[in-house]
Formats: sequence, C-alpha cells, structure tokens
Amino acid sequence: MIRIRCPFCGERDHSEFSYGGDGSIDYPALDAPVDDWVEAVYQRENIRGVQTETWQHTSGCRQWLLVERDTMTHEIHSVRMAHEGVATLVEAGK
Amino acid sequence: MTRFSAWSVIRNGLRGQPGWSRQWRDPEPKKHYDIVIVGGGLHGLATAYYLAKNHGLKNIAVLEKGWLGGGNGGRNTTIVRSNYFLPGNRQFYEHSLQLWENLSHELNYNVMFSQRSHIALLHSPAAIDGAARRYNTMRLTGTADAEIWDLEQLKKEVPHLNYGPDARFPIRGAAVQKRAGTARHDAVAWGYARAADALGVDIIQNCEVTATSRADGKIKSLSTSRGEISADKVGFAVAGNTTRLWQMAGFNTLPIESHKLQAFVSEPLKPLLDQVVVFGVGGAHFYISQSDKGGMVFGGDIDWYKSYAQRGNLPIVQDVAECAISILPCLGRVRLLRHWSGVMDMSMDGSPFICKTPLRNLYLNAGWNYGGFKASPASGWYFADLIANDRPHATIERFNLDRFAQGVILDERGAGPDPKLHG
Repeated sequence: MIRIRCPFCGERDHSEFSYGGDGSIDYPALDAPVDDWVEAVYQRENIRGVQTETWQHTSGCRQWLLVERDTMTHEIHSVRMAHEGVATLVEAGK
Repeated sequence: MTRFSAWSVIRNGLRGQPGWSRQWRDPEPKKHYDIVIVGGGLHGLATAYYLAKNHGLKNIAVLEKGWLGGGNGGRNTTIVRSNYFLPGNRQFYEHSLQLWENLSHELNYNVMFSQRSHIALLHSPAAIDGAARRYNTMRLTGTADAEIWDLEQLKKEVPHLNYGPDARFPIRGAAVQKRAGTARHDAVAWGYARAADALGVDIIQNCEVTATSRADGKIKSLSTSRGEISADKVGFAVAGNTTRLWQMAGFNTLPIESHKLQAFVSEPLKPLLDQVVVFGVGGAHFYISQSDKGGMVFGGDIDWYKSYAQRGNLPIVQDVAECAISILPCLGRVRLLRHWSGVMDMSMDGSPFICKTPLRNLYLNAGWNYGGFKASPASGWYFADLIANDRPHATIERFNLDRFAQGVILDERGAGPDPKLHG
C-alpha cells in the first residue's frame, strides 16, 4: 500500500485515491496544431524513476493532487495541490 | 538437437536417461549479427524462430538481459483466445490461435496447449446482446467456434458457479470460444528457444543492452553487458521496458505506459474447473483456470497506477479475492500459494505495435497490454515477416505508431486514451 499525504486530509492509503496519469503534460491551446495535441494526448515519456503524476482524493476531499513518486520504488517525494489557486489558498492558510 | 518422441522417452527411461542433452547452446556473443532481436521473451524467441524457419535467414541473435521466460513470459495466466472484434485484431489473433493449435508439433516440444473453452460470463440482456454482436462478427469472419450459451447450458457445463438469485450480479449466460484455452508458458519459451537454436540462432542470456550507437539514420551497434554487438537489422521486443530501450535508441516518447499486473496461484486442488472462466461486470475483472498441477491460476485488473516495480499492491489482492468468492464461493477456504507481478506495456488504445520506426534498420514489437501471451506465436510470425521483408504484412498494417495521429486507433474496449483502462 502506498501512503499519500493529502494536504487537506493528512496521510491516507492510496486506495482512497484515483490515479490520474502523467502530471507533467502541458496541454496546448485549443487552436494549436494537431501534432501538438497528438503529442499531449498520446505520447508519454513513461519515466522509470521520479515522475510527477496526478491523483484525485476520490474518497476524501476530492481534490486533485500533484504527486512526485518514484515509479521503481513507489517512494513519494512530494505532494501538492494540482490547482494553483487552491495551492495558494492552502499556503496562505498555513 | 535430439528430437523428442514417445520412442525416445521409452528408450531413455529403460536405460537410465543417458540420451538427453542441452536444449540449446550457451554461445559467446559474436561481434556482428545480420539480425539482433533484443528481448528473449516469448515474442523475441518466436521472432527469431520464424526468421530462421519461414525466411531462411542465418546469423541471428536474441539478447536477453536475464534468463529466458523470466519476464512476462513466465508471469502471465497463460490464457489463449481469439475473441476479438475489430478488423486487424480479429485476423491477427485468429492466426495466432491457429499457430497455437499446431505449436507442439511445430516445435517438437509439448507446450501443453489445452483447448478447454473460454467462458465469459454475461449478467444482463444488454451484455448478451453486446456479446452476440461480437461473437456473430467472429463467426462471419472465420472464427466459427464462437457461441452464446444460455443459463441452462452454462449450468450443465460449469455447475459450481454462483448461480444464486441473491448474487450481486446474477449470471444470465455466457459467451464461449471453444478452441480457446491455456498453455504451459515456460514450455513455450523453452520450445521456441530450442527450435530457434537448432536452426542456428544464438540465444545470449544475461546480456543487457545499455546503449546504442547510431549513424546515417540507422542503428550501428548495441552496447551490452557482454560487449559491443553490431547488426544490420535490430528488433526490439521488450514489452514492459519498451520506453527505456526506445530512449536508448535516441527517441523520447511512445504511446505506452508501464503498469504492473498481478497474478495468483492457489494450492493444488483436485480437478474443479475444466474451462477458463472470465467474470467482468460492474468494474470487476477476473479470470480463472486450473493448471495441470491443480493450482487455481487467476488474476484481475492492473494495479491502477504506473509502475516498473515487479511487485503488486494489496487493494488489488483484495479485489481479486472478492471476485473469486463472488463467482466461485467454493474457493472460500482455499489458500493462496504464490502471487507475483509483471510490468505491462499499456498502450494508449489497448492494441499493440509491430512496425517500422524512424530508424531505417530498427523494428518495434511492443504495447501488448495484458494480452501478450496468446499473441506470441503470431507476434513472432509477423515481426519476422516485417524484419525480413522491410514492410508490414497487410494483417498488421494497423499496428503502427502513426495510427494516433491519423485517428485510426484500435480501441477494442472503447476506453479512450488512458493506458490504465485497457484491460
């Protein structure tokens, strides 16, 4: 079991969360060339090591999180809010 | 190679087994090969065999970083079937099943292919209609053994499933492929290795590729843990670690993510289940058969997050156990003997790649999701054909890397561009 420290709810089992996917993707503008969209939607770096990925705390606060996790050891290096506005509010409230 | 036959078994049995020799050589790698296949799993070994057998090519090597069948070749649940729907997939998997049907004779090695039927349980009228559409399509296009069973027939054939009216998902029927079944996975690796070796293929184990050198749009040579090896043509068949090798070849991304899939085997039981039974409804996914040793071999979904670790997580163990009990309550007191995990190439549409690459002498065989075992004979057959002729066979034309940009994806499950959803 992986334990993820949710910024709102504290440390919880990963079974409370849904895995999103690669969190490092920059989605292009809606009118960007189709090649950019093919790249963003289909092509993955598939890192073996520390990657940034999205998880949603579906059985908790339902917030999307950005998690730095090692795909070889499952060790988690950092967890932060995915939404910048929420991240700022969380920081301000500390 | 000493040929196996009933006669050789009896003769050696009477004489104290003196007549058996090594199944394949353990050669030192040469400096140069005409064709190098990276990956000594089922797909790589089958490719080398068909390159030598079908195309008469010589001077071929298979490089394996560990031992034969130590990756996904030895980690699967050994199910063989061809109940696919989409054009391209249908013909490919049916060809694979036909190769399976003659594989023991072809390789002179008993792969214990057992055509015991693949029974996919159906739980609603809509599911029966959906299965009828798929299985009718199969019947109309050359897979004549597709059948839909009603509840009475299913109860007769598999009497001990949970048919209780209080089941969360009561069973209403089944989609059945009778020629489908299971095989002994290690024997497939060993059989292909032995047959390829007899045709002159060098099988080099403990030989990990660590880098490539390239010039003029081609791969010139591979740096390995056993020295530099140059090659005229190179094939990658390393599902699970495709992206790592792809990046060693100077590329960056692929429509593939590595996820892990667990599998389980119970303590041996007396004969209990004669078929492969699949349960998939309401988010559940479970498949089970009984091995010749008596162990119940079963599995479920992938672990839901990307991983290269060959070990599984507990929530999936619980999910799979719940599925087992919901369809076969009689397994409630059975103890788990072993469970393990393998790393899958989960592709963006759930379909594989057997294709050319931007490097002129590099060929790619990848993206098998968790259906690679049944595909291995045809995968080797078509990959060998691609490498030998430098053009894709009509059957595998759609197994290319460009299909996403062209919008002609092969999404058998209709799950969309999310690798973890293509089970």
